[in-house]
Amino acid sequence: MPDAEAARPNPDPRAATMALLARATRKELALPLSAHWPNLAFATIRAPEIGLVMLRGRMGGDGAPFNLGEATVTRAVVELETGERGYGQFLGRDPTRAEQAAILEALAQREADREMVERAVLAPIRQRLQEEAQRKRAETAATRVDFFTLVRAEG
Amino acid sequence: MYVAVKGGERAIANAHRLLEHERRGDRKVPEIGTDQIEQQLSLAVDRVMSEGSLYDRGLASLAIKQARGDLIEAIFLIRAYRTTLPRFGFSVPLDTGAMAIRRRISSTYKDLPGGQVLGPTFDYTHRLLDFALAAEGEPAAPVTAPVDPEERFPRVTDLIAQDDLIERNPPTDPAKPVGDLTREPLAFPAERDLRLQNLARGDEGFLLALGYSTQRGYGRNHPFVGEIRMGEVEVEFEIPELGLTVALGEVTLTECQMVNQFKGSLTEPAKFTRGYGLSFGHCERRAMSMALVDRALRADELSEERTSPAQDEEFVLSHSDNIQATGFVEHLKLPHYVDFQAELALLRQMRRELTSRNTHPEAAE
Repeated sequence: MPDAEAARPNPDPRAATMALLARATRKELALPLSAHWPNLAFATIRAPEIGLVMLRGRMGGDGAPFNLGEATVTRAVVELETGERGYGQFLGRDPTRAEQAAILEALAQREADREMVERAVLAPIRQRLQEEAQRKRAETAATRVDFFTLVRAEG
Repeated sequence: MYVAVKGGERAIANAHRLLEHERRGDRKVPEIGTDQIEQQLSLAVDRVMSEGSLYDRGLASLAIKQARGDLIEAIFLIRAYRTTLPRFGFSVPLDTGAMAIRRRISSTYKDLPGGQVLGPTFDYTHRLLDFALAAEGEPAAPVTAPVDPEERFPRVTDLIAQDDLIERNPPTDPAKPVGDLTREPLAFPAERDLRLQNLARGDEGFLLALGYSTQRGYGRNHPFVGEIRMGEVEVEFEIPELGLTVALGEVTLTECQMVNQFKGSLTEPAKFTRGYGLSFGHCERRAMSMALVDRALRADELSEERTSPAQDEEFVLSHSDNIQATGFVEHLKLPHYVDFQAELALLRQMRRELTSRNTHPEAAE
């Protein structure tokens, strides 16, 4: 599993936040939202919608692009009372989670909330992803082949 | 003449109800959950996603349940569902070089950076039925091993390319739109982007048979598995209004880099050629077959004589789609009463004419 941030360092903090929110479970968004931002007011800019993104591959892995096949994506855009606009989008179908991701993305832009979003939402997701990736890498590493050469009899 | 007929509504409704009953099977046996299908029949899910051309494990699992395990029927359900959704756009091309590797093997180099990593494979199993699975019981937890944080898995084809011994992949031409079968009907000759899209969603059995045929001499191209890799790749998508490229999550992919017979000329030094296979999920057989057929379909480009079915793009691309194929084959089940009556009348008339000629030979003169 690629570590969303470590694999390709993303210079843009918003993109980094969105990458983590995209990987969140329902609980990882819903619980901190209700605990730290109950009754938060926001306007819906783009209601959650489910659609498709065509995934592209490259000929030979690094050549010219081709269309491989589509994937389902859910996206939403919200705006906080203070004007921050948050974007939520990820693979899969979950309108509730898209709206929650958008709200948290907006909150992460707000100076007063940034640290709490990091502590209560992003850090736990980051840690879970790192643990999962580490576990998979360790399981995979155990299947690496160690070759040894048998002594060949001359004759 | 077309005669409209009505009727059968009640029979159809009852047949569908009976179908539901049969799908459920013996009600004393617990019903299978889509989560169980997703987790425990994951390779069936991978195939339905690949040929349904839609990456969504939950939907594929539901389709498999609804189709009673008939995977082509499940693929049909997925293809139908995708037409109900709007398209938001295109991903940034997936970077399989940055894959989080769960399996990576090469049959061309024994020792290579990153090594041969088997991952969860059926290879080297003895294909003996495991009767223990028929009973309850949990399998042992996987073994783990220390991970080198510096570990990298460079593409095997890049290693060969360092010595310029293999052809380069065609570069991106920003001016050229990427062909899309779901928007424009297939036309011939088809370019490689359209061929790869067609093969990526093609029927696995068909691709396997064609790939096999090239090995048996029908368009032989001397393949080596340069590399097969399977694992997770991040999907990135551009949000134009923000000017940002963001990650949407990850997908599991299987990639096969086939290294094929070399090609050169009096002026050009000989180089290996390539065939490429890429599939959603863990579908190794499919990725390998796709790579063999991709290479075979490059016959014209590589100035090879087209002698065999696998090299005939019109034949291959027109028959690879199992939903088109099953639609046309299965439509034979639908009422053809009038067509058949016409044939029957024609046949009777021919026979009458023959009988009358034989009875009155002079009248036929």
